[in-house]
Amino acid sequence: MIQIEHLHKSYPGADGSASREVLHNISLTIESGEVFGILGSSGAGKSTLVRCINLLEPLSSGRLLIDGRDVTHVRGRELAQLRTGIGMIFQNFSLFQQRTILQNVTFPLEIVPRSERLSRAEREERARYLLDLVGLAGFEKRYPSQLSGGQQQRVAIARALANKPSIMLCDEATSALDTTTTVQILELLHKINKELGVTLVLITHSLSVARNICDRVAMIDGGRIVELGETEELFENPQSDILRTLIANANHHAHGTGASAAAPSAAASTLTAEQAVK
Amino acid sequence: MSFLSFASAFLSEYGELLTQGVIDTMVMTAASTLLAYVLGLPAGVLLITSAKTGIRPNAAVHAVLSGIVNLVRSVPFIILLVALIPFTRLIVGTSLGVPGAVVPLVITAAPFVARVVEQSLAEVDGSLIEAAQSFGASSLQIIFKVLLTESLPSLIRGAALTFVTLFGFSAMAGTVGAGGLGDIAIRYGYQRYQYDVMTVAVILCIILVQVVQSVGDASAKAIDHHTK
Repeated sequence: MIQIEHLHKSYPGADGSASREVLHNISLTIESGEVFGILGSSGAGKSTLVRCINLLEPLSSGRLLIDGRDVTHVRGRELAQLRTGIGMIFQNFSLFQQRTILQNVTFPLEIVPRSERLSRAEREERARYLLDLVGLAGFEKRYPSQLSGGQQQRVAIARALANKPSIMLCDEATSALDTTTTVQILELLHKINKELGVTLVLITHSLSVARNICDRVAMIDGGRIVELGETEELFENPQSDILRTLIANANHHAHGTGASAAAPSAAASTLTAEQAVK
Repeated sequence: MSFLSFASAFLSEYGELLTQGVIDTMVMTAASTLLAYVLGLPAGVLLITSAKTGIRPNAAVHAVLSGIVNLVRSVPFIILLVALIPFTRLIVGTSLGVPGAVVPLVITAAPFVARVVEQSLAEVDGSLIEAAQSFGASSLQIIFKVLLTESLPSLIRGAALTFVTLFGFSAMAGTVGAGGLGDIAIRYGYQRYQYDVMTVAVILCIILVQVVQSVGDASAKAIDHHTK
């Protein structure tokens, strides 16, 4: 369980100017085993929020509790240990270009403290198992640049799972992928959530992604939570102007009458939830 | 026929000299490149990690190190070479010959290497560092398993660049009696008007630089998996 209490995050302004607040009084509880979506447009603060969960961004104020334990100020070895239990995947995959696919997946296993580290053979065995799980058996000796975007994200998912995390953070994991690949990656994430019981925290700007896979959704706008609730309920009965507008736009596009900027996510929104999770 | 007889006469007269020149130049350049990396590689890593956007920002360390690097780099090599003579004597016991040249070469090359390394490491995608941090990697692990590993092809190109630069500098070291091809070219060509010796020495320099650069490029390409 992830509890965020009264989280504020601001960055110091350049050369003494006023600091810039990017997150304002965020309180959230993410239950174990759920798929939680953080929805918002770019610049809304969702990337910063997800980075507060593994403390890549330290909190300016407020508390972070993981499984009931206050971890707001952990450092050093304890912080490393916390992060070992939280996998993360990224928009641009962030694979190590000079490592093979197998070596990418073993990376998180190589950096744990020596006393807990598996032997080389065990690490490779675990990596092979994970590559098989994400559908990339046989790709061990290749390099990231030889793989498609969807395949690279699968490797990143395998890598994020290496240390058997209970939580996985997904930072716009499908934004760089085409519609078909997006659906496949969402299916895989769904499977990981259901079969391994990994809590997924998923940031996205895409309504369809949020709708297809998330149990609950928080919508962030201007650094504040403007919507929070069960996905279906939220989409049936949006409370905020911004979500109402987004839903209206998406429907507009879905019916093939619109032709404006958000084409990829609009195209993806035509996919039904059933297609995405099967 | 006349060319061949000229060549054989030339070789019997200067062959040994030029062979020794090649050996001296290569030893001098290779040794100083290697030692310059012993100092410059950690310095370059520290420049990157202590920078404002680095993994361990430290304004004081960065400013001092960067200042030293700039200071040493702004002294022309020929002046450094002479100014360092007492220091060189202290370190290797002589300011002459190959050992005498290696000390000033290393001193002048180390800050250069620091900048070359800094530039290579700066090319590593910041999101890879963030990914490593998200898995709980320590700063040392990031340095060895991400920064140095991911920039290895670029580091090798940098080493070839350093070698070739020092190759040129080693010729200047000839003026303090360091030996090597540069020394031969200056002594025979400039001071004794023996242009044939100078020309051959210069041709040997060109060949050596080409070989080193090609080996550097080829090995960097061979280990780079970024674009294949």
